[in-house]
Amino acid sequence: MALVLNEEQRLLRDTAQDFLQREAPVAALRQLRDSRDDTGYSTTLWQQMADLGWASIILPEAYGGLDFGFTGLGVIMQESGRTLVASPLFATAVVGASALLLAGTEAQREHYLPLLAAGNLTLALALEESHHHSPHRIEARVERRGDDLVLNGHKTFVLDGHSADYLLVLARDPERTDTGQDLTLLLVPRTSAGIDCQRSLMVDSRNAATINFTDVRIPADAVLGRPGQASDALDQILDRGRVALAAEMLGSAEEVFDRTVAWLKERVQFGVPIGSFQALQHRAAHMQTELELSRSVVLQALAAVDDNPTQVPLLASLAKANLNELVKNISNEAVQMHGGIGVTDELEIGFFLKRARVTMQIFGDTGFHKDRYASLCGY
Amino acid sequence: MDDLQSFREETRQWLEANCPPSQRQPGTPEEQYWGGRRGQFASADAQLWFERMRDRGWTAPEWPTEYGGGGLTPHQGRILKEEMRRINARTPLYSLGIWMLGPALLEYGTEAQKQQHLRAIVNGEVRWCQGYSEPGAGSDLASLQTRAEDQGEHFLVNGSKIWTTSADKSDWIFCLVRTNPDVKKQEGISFLLIDMATPGVSVTPIALISGDSEFCQTFFDNVAVPKDNLVGPLNGGWSVAKALLVHERKLMAELGSDSPRKEIPLLQAARDYLEFNDGRIADAELRSNLASHEMRMHAIGLTHMRSFEERAAGAASTAALAMKYLGTEAMKNKSELLLAIMGSRGLGWEGPGFSDEELDATRLWAGSKAMTIAGGTSEIQLNVIARNVLQLPQAPAAKSKS
Ligand SMILES: Cc1cc2nc3c(=O)[nH]c(=O)nc-3n(C[C@H](O)[C@H](O)[C@H](O)COP(=O)(O)OP(=O)(O)OC[C@H]3O[C@@H](n4cnc5c(N)ncnc54)[C@H](O)[C@@H]3O)c2cc1C
Repeated sequence: MALVLNEEQRLLRDTAQDFLQREAPVAALRQLRDSRDDTGYSTTLWQQMADLGWASIILPEAYGGLDFGFTGLGVIMQESGRTLVASPLFATAVVGASALLLAGTEAQREHYLPLLAAGNLTLALALEESHHHSPHRIEARVERRGDDLVLNGHKTFVLDGHSADYLLVLARDPERTDTGQDLTLLLVPRTSAGIDCQRSLMVDSRNAATINFTDVRIPADAVLGRPGQASDALDQILDRGRVALAAEMLGSAEEVFDRTVAWLKERVQFGVPIGSFQALQHRAAHMQTELELSRSVVLQALAAVDDNPTQVPLLASLAKANLNELVKNISNEAVQMHGGIGVTDELEIGFFLKRARVTMQIFGDTGFHKDRYASLCGY
Repeated sequence: MDDLQSFREETRQWLEANCPPSQRQPGTPEEQYWGGRRGQFASADAQLWFERMRDRGWTAPEWPTEYGGGGLTPHQGRILKEEMRRINARTPLYSLGIWMLGPALLEYGTEAQKQQHLRAIVNGEVRWCQGYSEPGAGSDLASLQTRAEDQGEHFLVNGSKIWTTSADKSDWIFCLVRTNPDVKKQEGISFLLIDMATPGVSVTPIALISGDSEFCQTFFDNVAVPKDNLVGPLNGGWSVAKALLVHERKLMAELGSDSPRKEIPLLQAARDYLEFNDGRIADAELRSNLASHEMRMHAIGLTHMRSFEERAAGAASTAALAMKYLGTEAMKNKSELLLAIMGSRGLGWEGPGFSDEELDATRLWAGSKAMTIAGGTSEIQLNVIARNVLQLPQAPAAKSKS
């Protein structure tokens, strides 16, 4: 069953671990930050990752993919969480690829997916319009003008938005409002006229853009799939993103916890290692039990994407809410248990603390997912 | 996999044909059958159900058939559990012998001991209780003082045990006794089986906050115990005791998810006792607490599955060690939540004005407080995880004592 890694997945994990520790340790993120890198990630590294097949890990072989499914993807996400690697993995290989797979026409998949698989196409989902995740409250508009479409609106918190080749924009079609099916996903080249893209550096040293679309003219075939039909696919795309992100968060939590436990054994005060103090032991042991729960939840959610689609909404919300709380608590405890050195920039613990806060907001905070879980269960 | 699938089919058919309808619904604690010389069936159906399961070896499904067990593999055992749960089938026999002593005997007992005790357990003929804790030895179990002196033919046992659940209804007791007071405390302990009908054994029930008096203090006054009743080596009882505790904690972790019990499920309670607006519980705080609890139970259920799979794959499972703590804390939380959902309807103690289920809820709430104490307190579970999983250094105080 899927709650224990199989041989193939263990190999994948070992390869990923080796590669990331060598090529993309946390120090690499620090370097990107300190050098104020324009892209926000290393394009050489991304090409290497694509060469390893990670850009195409969930894609069927027909599109040049590895077809390892989400259980395979989860292994990579978890390892990338351990070193906090900045790359288009999430925005492109998870969210972008899922959008093309779930919402795209066959022609669109055949055109874009092989490019994406080869590392030659990056995507960014332009979804949010306010500072809280609310995927169905969309005001951006797409309207017909002659043979073309015209896009207007404002998007925020667009991950990789300033660097992606294409933006996947969610907009409403006012002509379809009566039908209740008026959400459309559009594939828009980032450099199109009328796009004003403002890059922001986030607390986790990664990027999210704020983007204004003013009368952006795009051809009618820029619609991903059929116009007005994005709503169902959107939830599935987001759920896949949530599950993959939860796997990344799990990796980060494991890493920051391992580092903290190591510190508890190393740091001496009052003549003994601080890890011999029961006040700290119990907090560490409690976190260990929370980690056990999170592991099960993430593995089951990943497996459900592959084998049990009807369970995905419930498990995605369970996983995202659970991991939100885990990374918040575990990163706070990590800082506290390190003492003064824990709040220095020199120690890498702070990077985990900051990344945790960003991941907690992506695709839904705890309240969002608790509410969704309760609604799905009928209360 | 195909084999397991056909086992599932066969099991399902057999249960369908053999489990009486009255045994396919949640039961009250009074309806549980615990066997033993004083054991009483609550109904003819309960007896029939027990006998059918016993004859198939399914009161102890995973024990070897030569001792009356079902000889099932862990995977098959799990399927049987799932299929029983699917139709709400009651546990035919409740037994500390099955859950705790049996597995320890299978590992440490002599052939003669297995022959003498295992079949009697499977058949529900003998009811066992556990004599570990003493007035002065709870969490620090190894400091126990009940003495067993070597008298040549037999041991002479003196001392007392406390919190012995159902000692007043049991036939035999498995005990930890001190056989050497002059060595490190863990190294002078032996594991002894004592027939409670032996002269010198007496029990006094103790009343609990739940209104039950399920546990007792058990006294031993010059009790003569045959030497054959020693399990494992003399002064080697601590290993047996710890192996048994692993089974006990596993059991406690799974309590509540196991046999159907007549209690009000949380969601049902929410529908019965709370106001809804547009399909949502109107009280935002209770709705949020309910969702948190349900999500936690969901995660705990998945972790049980993962831990089982890890062990079935022959891997060490760190999750298994966390389950007693997680499971019992969650159960305690559930009882609190149920009370909160029921409002003043969850506060009845006796008599008219409340339904039986409502009165039960109050008592279950009080009873739930024991879950994080019995079988090793939550704090002790955290100590164990800190030491065995995280391998943190031992606390200075504990180090100097043992
Ligand atoms: C319902 C129920 C049924 C039981 N049935 C049986 C039975 O059948 N047979 C049997 O032998 N026993 C039984 N017990 C006893 C049970 O095992 C003990 O109650 C338990 O081990 C705790 O011991 P204690 O009660 O002496 O508490 P204490 O050990 O005195 O603990 C008091 C408090 O101190 C804390 N504490 C103690 N040591 C430490 C430490 N090192 N670090 C941090 N905190 C610590 C504890 O966590 C607890 O909060 C039962 C108990 C209950 C509640």
